[in-house]
Amino acid sequence: MKYSIIRFPGSNCDWDMFYTLQDVMNVTPVFVDYREEELPENTAAVFIPGGFSYGDYLRSGAIARFSPIMEAVKRFADSGRPVVGICNGFQVLTEAGLLPGALRRNDSLNFICKPQKLTVENSQTRFTSRFNLNQTVMFPIAHGEGNYYCDEDTLKKLESNQQILFRYQGNPNGSTDDIAGITNERGNVLGMMPHPERASDALLGGADGKLLFQSLIESVAQNI
Amino acid sequence: MYNVKVYVTYKKSILDPQGEAIKTALHRMEHQDVMQVTVGKYFEMQIKDNGQNIDEQVNKMCDELLANVNMETYRYEITEAAKVEE
Repeated sequence: MKYSIIRFPGSNCDWDMFYTLQDVMNVTPVFVDYREEELPENTAAVFIPGGFSYGDYLRSGAIARFSPIMEAVKRFADSGRPVVGICNGFQVLTEAGLLPGALRRNDSLNFICKPQKLTVENSQTRFTSRFNLNQTVMFPIAHGEGNYYCDEDTLKKLESNQQILFRYQGNPNGSTDDIAGITNERGNVLGMMPHPERASDALLGGADGKLLFQSLIESVAQNI
Repeated sequence: MYNVKVYVTYKKSILDPQGEAIKTALHRMEHQDVMQVTVGKYFEMQIKDNGQNIDEQVNKMCDELLANVNMETYRYEITEAAKVEE
C-alpha cells in the first residue's frame, strides 16, 4: 500500500509529510506530481500537503483545484477512501468542493506561526481513533489564511454529524466556532490548518501528531 | 468582442479585516469621515463573441473561479467593444 503525497508548484510541506510517513510511521509514501492524471495503484490514502500552491494566486487553493491530478483525487474521495489536506491542503479541498466552507485571511491580518493547543472533539473517526475525546494536543500552525468560515446551516450540519474533529483553544485566527479541522459528511475527507506532521517526533518538540497517522494507518489496515 | 469588468468583495455578513485596517489608517490620516472601506478584487477581461450568452458565461466564471461564493459576492459590467477584424 502506498501513501500518495500530491505535489503542486509551491507545495512546501511535502518532505515533512514524506519524512513522517516513511521514517516515523514506517509506511511507504510516494510523491505524485500535479500533472499526473491517475494516482499510483494501491494508493491507501492521499495527502495534500501545506505550502503555497500556485503562489496562492487569486485565493489560496483556488488554482490547484484545476490541476490534472485533482480529478483523480476527487474520484478517490468519492470511492470513500481517505484524503487528508493539511494547511494549504485544507484550502485546496474547500476550493475543490470536497469539504464545506472556506478559509479567510486571519482576523489579525498576521501570518501566525506557533505551537497551538487544540481540543479533540471527536475520537470516533478513522483519523482520530487513537486520541481521547476532549484531549488537549499541541500541533504547530503556520498560516495567513486559516480563518475558517461557513454559514449557519453548514455549521449546524457539521455539529450534528460530528464532522468537527479539532477546535482551537484560544482561537488564533478568528475561525467560526473555533474550528481547526473538519471532515466531509461521509467522514473520509479531512482538512485541518494545524500541522500534525510537524508534531510527529519528540525531536520536533512534540509527538501528538503521530496519533493521527497511527489512527489512519490502522483504519487502512482494518479496511475501514 | 466584449470588455468585461468584474468586482469581487466579501459578502456583507463577513468581516473584511483588511478593509477595517485600512479604515483605521485613514482615520489616523485625519480622514475621520471615512465610514466604510471594502477591499476587493478587480478583473478586466476581453472575451470573444462566440454566439453564446455572454452574461451566462461571465456568471459561470465568477461562480466557479473568480469568486468563492461561500464568502464572496461579485458584480460585473459588460460592454461591447468595437468589432475586431480577424
